[in-house]
Amino acid sequence: MTRIKYAAILTCALLLTARTAFAADARVTIDNFKFSPAQLVVDAGTRVIWTNQDDMPHTVVEATAAPTISSPALDTGDSFAHVFTKAGTYQYYCSVHPYMLGTVVVR
Amino acid sequence: MNEVFDASETSRNGGKSRREALECMVWAGAGVLWTVTGGVPHSRLIGAAEAATESDATFSFLQISDSHIGFNHPPNTDTPGTLQAAIALVNAQKSNAGLMIHTGDVSHLSKAKQFDTADQIIRGARLDTHYVPGEHDVLFDDGKAFFARFAPKAPRGWYSFDQAGVHFIALNNVQNFKAGGMGNLGADQLDWLAKDLEGRSASQPIVVFAHVPLWTVSEAWGWGTADAGQALTLLRRFGSVTVLNGHIHQIMQKVEGNCAFHTARSTAFPQPAPGTAASPGPMKNVPPGHLRAMLGITKVTRVRTATPLAIIDTTLAA
Ligand SMILES: [Cu+2]
Repeated sequence: MTRIKYAAILTCALLLTARTAFAADARVTIDNFKFSPAQLVVDAGTRVIWTNQDDMPHTVVEATAAPTISSPALDTGDSFAHVFTKAGTYQYYCSVHPYMLGTVVVR
Repeated sequence: MNEVFDASETSRNGGKSRREALECMVWAGAGVLWTVTGGVPHSRLIGAAEAATESDATFSFLQISDSHIGFNHPPNTDTPGTLQAAIALVNAQKSNAGLMIHTGDVSHLSKAKQFDTADQIIRGARLDTHYVPGEHDVLFDDGKAFFARFAPKAPRGWYSFDQAGVHFIALNNVQNFKAGGMGNLGADQLDWLAKDLEGRSASQPIVVFAHVPLWTVSEAWGWGTADAGQALTLLRRFGSVTVLNGHIHQIMQKVEGNCAFHTARSTAFPQPAPGTAASPGPMKNVPPGHLRAMLGITKVTRVRTATPLAIIDTTLAA
C-alpha cells in the first residue's frame, strides 16, 4: 500500500516537473536516515527535490548560522524543493537527526 | 483503565487479585537497585529476595516515554492503543506513586491533535505528570504548542521542583541541534542549572530527566548530549543522582561515580541496539504478538533501607 502511495506521489511530482520546465531537476531521497546521494553535483539553475521515504520525519536545513535553505518537517512521502542559482558548496543536515549530513555542489 | 481500577478495589476485599499478580510480575522482571551507602552507589540486579522491600517504599514515581502519537507504520499502527495499555499498567502499579514523568516524543509530528490524544489518555493515570519535550514535539514554531500544553510554566522546557525530599530537574536537550552534532542543552540552560543547584544540600537525592540520554550511547546515531558533561560536573557533589531518559526506545543503564543512568522503553515501537541495524529507525519486523514485550513503562521506587532508588521496567506484555 505504501509503495502505491509513493508511486502516486512520484507520478504527480513527475507530471508537475514536466509542466514547470526547469532547466534541470535533481533528486535526493531520504531513506534509512541517510541523504542519497549524500553529495550531489549540479549546474546552476538546477532544482533539487528531496523526498522522505522513511517512517520518521526529517528536514533539510542549510548548515549555516542563518540558513537560507530550510524545509519544514517532511513526513513519509513528503518532498521539498530548492532551486540553486549560484555556484558554491552547500552543506545541509537534518535538524531532527543532526548526524544526517549532505552536500550540494553547484557549478 | 476502569477495569484495572476495579481490580484494585477487589484486592482490598481480599483474595489474589489481578493487581497483586501484576505486582509480583513487576518484581520478577529485570530491574536494577541503586543503593547509596556512604555516598558510594552500588548497582545490582533485583532478585526475588528484594520483592518484599516494595512494601517499605516511602515514595515512588512512574516514567513513560516516546508515545509517538501519530506514528502509524509497522510495527505499530495503533500508538494510542499501546499508550492506553501503558497507562493501564501505570494504574495497576501506581499504589503509592507520587507523580509521573513523560520523557518526550509525546507526539510523532508535533500536531495539536496528537498532543490532545496523548493528553487525554495520560490523564487516565490520574497522576500529576511532568513533561520534557522530545525532538518530535518541537518540529514547528519552536515547540510553542508543546510548551503551552505540557509545560506552561516553563516556556523553554526546563524547570525543577521538590517532592517527598527529592529534587527533580527537567531538562530540554532537543532544540537548536547543530549539524553533525548530538543533543544539546545550551549555555542558558546550563547557567540556570548552576543557579538551581547553588546552596542545595549534597545529601538531597536528585532526579534529572530529559529526552535524549545525558550520556553517549551511540555517537554515530546521535544518541547522546554534546554538553551533558557540563551538567554532570555541576551534579558531581551530590550523593545520589538518578538520570532518566528516553529517545532510544530500549533500556540502557550504567552507573558512573554517584550517578545512575537509565533509559526507558517506548510505549510505541522498539528501536535497534546501536550498531545492529543500518539506521536507528523503528524495528519493523517484530514477530506477531511480540510488540508489547518490547514496549513498557518504568517505576522508580525509593526504598526505606539506606537511601536507594529501585528502577523497575515492565513490558506491556507483563
Ligand atoms: Cu532526520
